[in-house]
Amino acid sequence: MRVYNTELGSRLLLGTAQYPSPTVLAEAVRASGAEVVTVSLRREGAGGGEGFWRLIRDLGVRVLPNTAGCHTVKEAVTTAQMAREVFGTPWIKLEVIGDDDTLQPEVFGLVDAARILSAEGFQVFPYTTADLVVAGRLLEAGCQVLMPWGAPIGSGRGLNNPYALRSLRAHFPDVPLVVDAGIGLPSHAAQAMELGYDAVLLNTAVARAGDPVRMAAAMARAVEAGRLAFEADPMEARDMAAPSTPVLGLPVFGA
Amino acid sequence: MTIIINGKPREVRAVTLDAVLAELGYAGAHVATAHRGEFVPAAGRAACTLAEGDRVEILSPIGGG
Repeated sequence: MRVYNTELGSRLLLGTAQYPSPTVLAEAVRASGAEVVTVSLRREGAGGGEGFWRLIRDLGVRVLPNTAGCHTVKEAVTTAQMAREVFGTPWIKLEVIGDDDTLQPEVFGLVDAARILSAEGFQVFPYTTADLVVAGRLLEAGCQVLMPWGAPIGSGRGLNNPYALRSLRAHFPDVPLVVDAGIGLPSHAAQAMELGYDAVLLNTAVARAGDPVRMAAAMARAVEAGRLAFEADPMEARDMAAPSTPVLGLPVFGA
Repeated sequence: MTIIINGKPREVRAVTLDAVLAELGYAGAHVATAHRGEFVPAAGRAACTLAEGDRVEILSPIGGG
């Protein structure tokens, strides 16, 4: 897929938090085939630092810094500015959180922050809801990709509202769309791809699996399978059975 | 003077942000800085003068989702 004039071979974007060890993180990223990983900024001494940054650079992947934990436009814009300098990329996964229980995007602040950052030369990847009107405002604000949630971050519930996601896909056929958050299983990731989404961004589903490296490989295959299925134009579901074996030529075993 | 670095009071001798970073051992580190809530790019740290009680944030990379 192509986003902000960058061609990406893998349609799986992977988060880098919550892994049992740096070694497992590195192996999971390799097993996922992801070309983009999300990263963040926290106060020095919080547990990341130079070692973490060296590990990520050695993986040879692109980084997508986030503004996780920001609740206001001001916090998000300042964090984005700091991330651009540290990580050396104009890419920013813009999060403005409106509710602590659901980590639901605060979409009004999100649009404002997206407009400010786009004007400052950032390439904004907004973490948003599946709301069509908000999506349109984000595009007007300068975003060239949209990242609606599947379910609340870290919940692993899958796609809570497939209808809304399908609707968003239909309204914006030419905009890169990424399901970000809520994926718990490979089947969820495949479902997002079958809906025609361009990519999936997930973290907890892999990091918190008993074997993150195996789950990373599973997610990679699910994303690939779902994409292939979308491109293959799936059959329509129907209510009644329709025999797949030919009826013509059916023998009659009467007495 | 005492300034608040990452939420904790610290006694420092230096008066500019770049000198404070050096004094605290952050010279050459991959960190981003903010002063009184505003981002201060690396190139602007030498001109950033600190006053008693100022809040400074020093952030570094960490895993994120």
